[in-house]
Amino acid sequence: MVNSTKQEAPLTLDVFTTGIWKENPVFVMMLGLCPVLAVTNSVENSLAMGLASVFVLVCSNALVSALRNFIPKQVRITTYIIIIATFVTLVDYIIQAISLDLYNKLGAFIQLIVVNCLILGRAEAYASKNSFSKSVISALGMGLGFTLALVMLGGVRELLGAGQLMGYQIFGTNFQPWIIMILPPGGFIVLGSWLLLINYIGQRRTGKLIAEDLRSHCSVNNH
Amino acid sequence: MNPESLSFIFLNAFLINNFVLALFLGLCPFVGVSAKRDTAFNMALATAFVMFVSSTCSYAINQILIKFDLEFLRLISYIALIASSVQLVEMILKKFSPVLFRALGIFLPLITTNCAILGVALFQTSRGYDFLQSVSFSLGGGAGFGLAIVLMAGLREKLELSNLPNITQAAALSMMLAGILSLTFMGFAGLGTTA
Amino acid sequence: MSDSPENKPNELPPLPTSFSLISTLGVVAMISGFLVVLVYQYTQPMIAENQRLATERAIFKVLPTASSRLTFTLNEGTVELANDNTKGELLYAGYDKDNNFVGMALNAAEQGYQDIVKLLYGYNPSTSCITGYDVLKSTETPGFGTKITTDVAFLANFNCLDAKVNQEQTRLINVIKTVRHGTKNNPWEIDAISGSTITSNAVGRMFNKSGHKLHPVIAKNLTFLRSAKQTKEITHGQLD
Repeated sequence: MVNSTKQEAPLTLDVFTTGIWKENPVFVMMLGLCPVLAVTNSVENSLAMGLASVFVLVCSNALVSALRNFIPKQVRITTYIIIIATFVTLVDYIIQAISLDLYNKLGAFIQLIVVNCLILGRAEAYASKNSFSKSVISALGMGLGFTLALVMLGGVRELLGAGQLMGYQIFGTNFQPWIIMILPPGGFIVLGSWLLLINYIGQRRTGKLIAEDLRSHCSVNNH
Repeated sequence: MNPESLSFIFLNAFLINNFVLALFLGLCPFVGVSAKRDTAFNMALATAFVMFVSSTCSYAINQILIKFDLEFLRLISYIALIASSVQLVEMILKKFSPVLFRALGIFLPLITTNCAILGVALFQTSRGYDFLQSVSFSLGGGAGFGLAIVLMAGLREKLELSNLPNITQAAALSMMLAGILSLTFMGFAGLGTTA
Repeated sequence: MSDSPENKPNELPPLPTSFSLISTLGVVAMISGFLVVLVYQYTQPMIAENQRLATERAIFKVLPTASSRLTFTLNEGTVELANDNTKGELLYAGYDKDNNFVGMALNAAEQGYQDIVKLLYGYNPSTSCITGYDVLKSTETPGFGTKITTDVAFLANFNCLDAKVNQEQTRLINVIKTVRHGTKNNPWEIDAISGSTITSNAVGRMFNKSGHKLHPVIAKNLTFLRSAKQTKEITHGQLD
């Protein structure tokens, strides 16, 4: 749901920053969780996945926005899916050409970017209604927000699960890694913990009594 | 057990590498449609059905693509195939079983963007399964998705009656629950490997 | 369309003709096809090169004395020259600088603890030894199942794991199997890693399966494999 005042508003910094934090696709909108959990067992993988998603998001939204006046309403979803699938195929080949190791680590999840609800969602809700430049900027913001969330998850999981960050030993050799963190349950638990923390901060900020918290938090989210 | 046998492929997709809890496929409906057990069950049925149909179709289309050396069109054809097979299933249900259509109808459009469906098609291709193996894999995947979502719905129904801190709002709590479920499913690892 | 009532009535365009629908889809499909083919053509040689490097890295790791290799495939009990794109089971033979045969690198796979473990292993037909392996794919638990690449005592099993083929060249003489940690008595047994028994077992089973299937074929075709590189050099020389 894009609110109507925003559509007519000129290009501001807000278009870019909204996606990074206020409407963060992962922490606030809970979109595209599949790759968020599946590939975030290290910062490197998270970053690669995030950048691949940014590429697909920006390119597909740019094309959708450029073609928005030519696409009949009846076939728009089909068209969007074809456009997204095209860019995902491109990124799939590009990553294979850059590094086969990375490609093997990310596995089928590169191709699964196609069904990331975030990308189709932005194409339908934003790019199909806004100018080219705004769509690109907004997609960039959303994509970076998505990458940020991935890296936040990957950082915690790699740090606790392997005692490393980007492959550099942080905790020294005596550290006994919490292996569970880089296994599937760790993904759920770390994302759950981040959400708890964000909810907690949100509540602190509203400064309301606990009894009123639920209501006030909901209204903050709906802005 | 032979890792390529049909029963093992089923077991592997169903429990050991559960689609939702180990491979993280189909999380959107897993979080979104798991508040009530009945709806969760209907969603699971619809997903399993579409998974089966699109898995067999994508097996066929992959054979055609390989025959004509057009593998680079694989992803685009799969996603188009899934979107149209969902529509087809919807129309067939509407015509022949209005009862089932009323139960599953609202979930069908959602299923198009369910990663689990595309996941089945992609994994069966990358693992080089033959036709029967693909069928077994898709059935196992569907059953595994159903099991996970129904378990989750059961837990969430129970939790509705308990007194929880306010910060554990829907999604955060679901993730924690999923983490615990995923932990328990790790116990299935090693199944079928004779000592 | 279900969502049309949500839009303002003046935004609703008149129903487009099917020609415009089809032509839109056609144009989008053409753009998409053009982009995909362009990038596919451009990246294909790079991807093939990456794959070749990855394969060779693994082969030269399990056959450290090799400096070149040839790819073969199975065909009804005989081996024949192939390339990396050939469908089906591939076997690699390693040759040193003077084109002398040093051993085979073979693929093996088996269900491990979490999922399938895939290895490439070195086999020396002259000594009938399995001499080491490289893990190609594994999702085993870090710190437990992954010990098969790091555990020194376990790797010592593969200094020379006996995989002798019987007189009739139909199967291995002994069944290769993994035994409990500390109970290895014979050169064809693998001493398991305690704490990673299931993965250790998987390694044993995959060597046994692959050995029974491939080693007799290699034994039968050994003369051809030994001379394949030199023969190929000579024919190439004539062609040039």
